[in-house]
Amino acid sequence: MSASTRKISIFQKLGPLIGLAIILIVLSILSPQFFTLANILNVLRQVSINALIAFGLTFVILTGGIDLSVGSMLALSGAITAGLMAGGTDPILAMLVGLAAGAVMGAINGLIITKGKVAPFIATLATMTVFRGLTLVYTDGKPITGLSDDMSFVLMGRGYFAGIPIPVIWMLASFAVLWFLLKKTTFGRRTYAIGGNEEASLLSGIKVDRIKVMIYSLTGLLSAFAGIILTSRLNSAQPTAGTAYELDAIAAVVLGGTSLSGGRGWIFGTLIGALIIGVLNNGLNLLNVSSFYQQVVKGGVILLAVLLDRKKAA
Amino acid sequence: MNETPLVQLSGIYKSFSDVHVLKDVNFEVRPGEVHALMGENGAGKSTLMKIMAGIYQRDKGTAMVKGKEVHFSSPKEAEEMGIGVVHQELNIIPYLTVTENLFLGKELTYGKSGILRTGAMRKQARKALEALGVKIDPDAVAGELSVGQQQMIEIAKVLETNSDCIIMDEPTAALTDREIEALFEVIEKLRNQGVGIVYISHRMEEIFRICDRISVLRDGNFIGTKMVSETDFDEIVSMMVGRELGDRFPVRQVTIGPERLRVENLSRNEHFKDIHFDVKQGEILGVAGLMGAGRTEIMEAIFGYKKKDSGTVYLDGQRLNISKPADAIAAGLAFVTEDRKDKGLVIGMTVRENFTLTNLKAVSKNGILSARSEQEETDRLIKKLHVKTSGREQTVKSLSGGNQQKIVIGKWVNNQPKVLILDEPTRGVDVGAKKEIYQIMNELTEQGVSIIMVSSELPEILGMSDRILVIHEGKIAKILHRQEADQEKIMHAATGGM
Repeated sequence: MSASTRKISIFQKLGPLIGLAIILIVLSILSPQFFTLANILNVLRQVSINALIAFGLTFVILTGGIDLSVGSMLALSGAITAGLMAGGTDPILAMLVGLAAGAVMGAINGLIITKGKVAPFIATLATMTVFRGLTLVYTDGKPITGLSDDMSFVLMGRGYFAGIPIPVIWMLASFAVLWFLLKKTTFGRRTYAIGGNEEASLLSGIKVDRIKVMIYSLTGLLSAFAGIILTSRLNSAQPTAGTAYELDAIAAVVLGGTSLSGGRGWIFGTLIGALIIGVLNNGLNLLNVSSFYQQVVKGGVILLAVLLDRKKAA
Repeated sequence: MNETPLVQLSGIYKSFSDVHVLKDVNFEVRPGEVHALMGENGAGKSTLMKIMAGIYQRDKGTAMVKGKEVHFSSPKEAEEMGIGVVHQELNIIPYLTVTENLFLGKELTYGKSGILRTGAMRKQARKALEALGVKIDPDAVAGELSVGQQQMIEIAKVLETNSDCIIMDEPTAALTDREIEALFEVIEKLRNQGVGIVYISHRMEEIFRICDRISVLRDGNFIGTKMVSETDFDEIVSMMVGRELGDRFPVRQVTIGPERLRVENLSRNEHFKDIHFDVKQGEILGVAGLMGAGRTEIMEAIFGYKKKDSGTVYLDGQRLNISKPADAIAAGLAFVTEDRKDKGLVIGMTVRENFTLTNLKAVSKNGILSARSEQEETDRLIKKLHVKTSGREQTVKSLSGGNQQKIVIGKWVNNQPKVLILDEPTRGVDVGAKKEIYQIMNELTEQGVSIIMVSSELPEILGMSDRILVIHEGKIAKILHRQEADQEKIMHAATGGM
């Protein structure tokens, strides 16, 4: 019995990879520009923002929660970083403050959910609006420009290292660290346990509330990180940055095979999920598919992936 | 008893992939009999019943219903032939009324209009409940009824489909003693009406009380059918386990030491009041009482899982400050909860992950898990507790009830607790595994661990405890020593007698 369940899970794990491979092959055939080094690096750079957010969301979703406020946290952290820099603060300090702001916003989400006992969907729906509002207040609804030209900031989003865009390096480095955290540490084990059975975890002596606050805070931190990279890439902070980013991030997590009901999933799947979405966006653009149809195709792919996953599980 | 059997299964074979679950099994139910189906967990009882109820299809063999051969391809077909099932997990929708639940999916309507005939349904529901002899308001919201009453609704639901053969899977597992009595009266009534009942239970006392015949399965083989009047407890047990089990409750050689845990003045509004007791080193304190008396709530409060209004807990004379389970665990307490699936195990995780969950510190360094020490620890526990598993990476979902229970206990043994609280440690566990659990308890007390055992099975309470705490409606009714205790005294105190 266990052998067969394990087989299914390997098959399920391979699913996203096979899906990505098929999309890559099809796009390579359809568009000659697609499978070029320059374009692949371009796709990876575009993916990095969504991937960073989705990595954090993977932890949240593994506990059976959700975070809708990631896009707003990205915007506010980016705006704070930009605002400080525009005001002459040292760019490294400004970026650290931006990251800290993200972590604090995430912790607030976590505290509302655990101490206030509010359902994560409702709690983060509310803070999504609050954080967005604060971004608009802080930026006065206008982009913040005239940012530092210090290399530490410029390279964050625009730089290359050995020919690879720096955001891609950040994405892969974060992936490595988070993979280790989830797979090899007590923190990761507790994350899975909470999602698998919160009551049993609590009764086993796991400080469920504390772990959850840490996880939401981690998601805030990663959103802020993505926000800073985006600010650097655009050389400005947009008050509407990150709008609807939560949807692509959730899609990436789900495409990767992580269960929305918690307890089951993996972060490598999320990376693949983010790549699928990024590759689709890019490929459809190259093929001159209208942006209206692009949405239909993207939604259809997500639906198809989830349906296939259900079928395998049954 | 010479009428045509209601159901007759003969030479039934069934396998899943390559595993033979049933091999040449015979089973029949006659009108007006209560037929017990017994066997250890994994013996094939459920599979056999699922074949009877049309949920599974047999590979080989014949199935006759009232003399006619049948091939059910769905539960619906079995239902039409008069075979109904009262499942262990009740299928009650808590927000609907009793009537709405009874008619779920087969509502009475005016023609095909879809408009409900509320009055007619209520009347019919009342009649059905009266026929069972139970007092339940058809307009009551089902979720507010006791588990026993909900079960009566399930039985009424099955009877409404004109079933004359009812399969009851562990019907008393969640019932109070009073509710069990009520259920037995209903079963008696049904029997007199000529209904045949298949009764699946692990509780020997019940089987011998209400059943006419007992059939035993072991490892998918049909061992035999006996008249209850011509057999006894020991014979059935040896048929089930295939060997002599020896004493049900293994002997224990412990010298009881000084006081370990003391509870004073523990109260929680509307749940329990002024609870005082102590447990000594190496002692087993049995906690008896009717279901709903507040026993579980008291244990949950001691462990910091549910809040208390007042009260103090001392361990080795030291006052404990417990506000969450993690505090209790740090102090040396352990709690095996009553409900292993909802509160005891992370059911989708592996044996290894469940075993180490209570003490991840022991298998990690600076928060980084060591795969090797996890594996060693798990293998040691699997061996020590005789867990039957295909390996440490098996998910606990696919283990039998007895083995799951061993894992819940094992994850605490691993923690070397000073006080182990067990809430219904052998519920839904077969005889063989039960005895192994008792042996584990004995070994622990020999190492000086104090055990508090909440149990609704009186033989278990009497067989295992050194002292017995009887709870009645949230208060301590009596504390009895092993020598002076008997079933009558405990029941007397538990039901509020002086």
